Amino acid sequence: MTDERLVQLITEAVLKQLGKVPAQCSQDEIVFSDNSMKAVDGILPDLTTPANKAQVTVKNPDDKDAIAQMKTKTSARIGIGKAGARLKTNTYLTLRADHAGARDAVFRDVSHDFLKEMKLFSVDTMCSSRNEHLTRPDLGRQLSDDVKRELKSKCQLSPRVQIYVSDGLSSQAIEANIKDTLPALLDGLQGFGIGTGTPFFVRYGRVAAMDAISETLDAEVTCVLIGERPGLATANSMSAYIAYRATVGMPESRRTVVSNIHSGGIPPVEAGAHIAQVIKTMLEAKKSGVDLQL
Amino acid sequence: MAASMLSVGIDIGTSTTSMVVSRLYVENTASCFAVPHVVITKKEIIYRGYIYQTPLLGGEKIDIDRVSKILKQEYQNAGITPDMIQTGAVIITGESSRKENAALVTEKMSNLAGDFVVATAGPDLESIIAGKGAGAQDYSKENNRCVANLDIGGGTTNIAVFDHGELTGKGCYDIGGRLIKVEDQKITYISERLLPIIRSLGIQIKVGDTADVTTIKKITDRMAAILGESIGVLPVTDLCESSKTLTSTPLVITKPVEQITFSGGVADYIYSPSDQWFKHGDIGPLLAQSIIDSQWFKSSHVLPAKETIRATVVGAGSYTTSVSGSTITFSDQNILPLKNIPVFIPSALAEQEAVEGQYETYKNEAQWFLSESGMENILFTLPRTVQPGYKEVCQLADVFFEVSKMIKNDQPLLILTESDFAKALGQAVRRRIGESRSLVCIDSVHVESGDYLDLGLPMMNGMVIPVVVKTLIFG
Repeated sequence: MTDERLVQLITEAVLKQLGKVPAQCSQDEIVFSDNSMKAVDGILPDLTTPANKAQVTVKNPDDKDAIAQMKTKTSARIGIGKAGARLKTNTYLTLRADHAGARDAVFRDVSHDFLKEMKLFSVDTMCSSRNEHLTRPDLGRQLSDDVKRELKSKCQLSPRVQIYVSDGLSSQAIEANIKDTLPALLDGLQGFGIGTGTPFFVRYGRVAAMDAISETLDAEVTCVLIGERPGLATANSMSAYIAYRATVGMPESRRTVVSNIHSGGIPPVEAGAHIAQVIKTMLEAKKSGVDLQL
Repeated sequence: MAASMLSVGIDIGTSTTSMVVSRLYVENTASCFAVPHVVITKKEIIYRGYIYQTPLLGGEKIDIDRVSKILKQEYQNAGITPDMIQTGAVIITGESSRKENAALVTEKMSNLAGDFVVATAGPDLESIIAGKGAGAQDYSKENNRCVANLDIGGGTTNIAVFDHGELTGKGCYDIGGRLIKVEDQKITYISERLLPIIRSLGIQIKVGDTADVTTIKKITDRMAAILGESIGVLPVTDLCESSKTLTSTPLVITKPVEQITFSGGVADYIYSPSDQWFKHGDIGPLLAQSIIDSQWFKSSHVLPAKETIRATVVGAGSYTTSVSGSTITFSDQNILPLKNIPVFIPSALAEQEAVEGQYETYKNEAQWFLSESGMENILFTLPRTVQPGYKEVCQLADVFFEVSKMIKNDQPLLILTESDFAKALGQAVRRRIGESRSLVCIDSVHVESGDYLDLGLPMMNGMVIPVVVKTLIFG
């Protein structure tokens, strides 16, 4: 049985249990008994939209307005009510959908077209598959000799600043933010008169791969833009890890980090400009991480 | 890392003048893993001045010399000198702000009250400042309620409505405690703004009459009712409409007011009534009693105000200064502080075209605004653009490069965006205009058409710039 067929069967079974039993999924409109969801043309609504999440689903609230206000301040699932000791169906399905989104972000690859558009060539760490990337963090920090040779041949050596992009734990975050953050960062540094090396992309990367890259290319400052582990709030969050003279085995405290870069956090464009400023400060102070007072 | 600034508030009202000094604490509240987020974290009032009768010349003009004398004394009492002050506001309120010499007073104040102190006035701003000073906004925010503050002064009642901490309505009515003045049991003054009310009641009253509590109470009863009408707890009558202060915007109640605070001099007699009706030579205590007696007051949820008679001055001292967003661009600290910069708000079309990289409409509108303002420089704004992509930022930078040509070479280019992208935009503009012209590009400040802006000296290692938005200046 194909996956698609399986999904269809499960969907039908779930729909049957939930509401006014749809005989066929192709039925034009299905409204669930509690009015919480509508399927139009056999397509279920997207539960992960901000509009759906903003709904106050507590039954008979004292002050619905106040809950709605509180919900605008947090992405936590508050004001959702309950069914006995359990979550309501809508809440539960939304949670599942967010979880599925997070998994997708981890398991997907950054598309070739995207890398081509951003003019980034791609290398892999020592990991040979997504599974290995997840189960062997040590390999995600290392580069093979072949890759090191490739980098040396394609990149400018001994740059003042080496910037590169890596999937980390969310390819989706890269595709959502790089288009704005990377050029803002590169142009920002150029505006400060700071030269940058050749940017590229590293697949199956962990943060500390930047140490190996720093050593290979002999960069004064190395900065990686990397996808953050997705949470249930967003799978689009990206971080920048930046270090002065990064070396393999150096303490983590030498990394400076700018996190939470996404449309709902630090706007990607502004983050690029901010990171440029941080790198400028770092080059002046010749140190990074907790030693660097920003 | 924290920093603080000393802020002075001066309120010259129809009946009283007072001053407060506050310390505003500024701190980066973001963790070290995030982009800085600098906000004003605490406002501490370190000096509360006396409440003085506003000195007047011939009942109309403010006596500048005597006001100066009062303020010099107050500075001494507070133990500060004008050069210690970094920010603040002088507010000329109520009927006083309409007095012919208000412009002169504000000019004199700027010198006396410190270099960074600015003069502001206007009934709308006054309402907002009093509402904040009275604590209505904070209460509304903390308790998620719709709260109206009525600041009842000598000449006017300034009303501000906050819902969930956001300002949702502002207005001003010519209802106040000194619209009738009494001396030795005789009426010495009746404001002409009261005449429609008096006529509607069919009461015969004139200057020189003996002040009769029963008669005057009828008038203050009607005044109290108008206040109830203004905030939507009583049906609105024509008298309410005609009592509106001419220069104020109409108060629109979008949501039922749930709670009410009172500030201003009359509020003291609402919270602690007195039956010495004419102790101040006016009808303040009677107006307070009329409010207490009204049915709408009894059925409303009235909260104690944080400040009563000092609400406006505390608001002026503590709530007029804000800080810019924490990721900004400025090229040269020496051009700051800057004062009284007219705010140019482009039309929606001009802004949209600018985002698309076409500068003509934006530049034309700005050019017109610049010549109308008669000033050397203006603040260019993008109030509607939210989270543009990098391509749009570059297009906007191209536009501002073109736009910068309309101001003189020795003038800095001043840009304000409401959404958080000033650092990126500033860097992009910088690359285009080069080093020859200074640049300030800040974000996260809300401005409206007709506003003026003051920019203070950068704080916290240049992360933020203190900002005062004013709705009106004289001179």
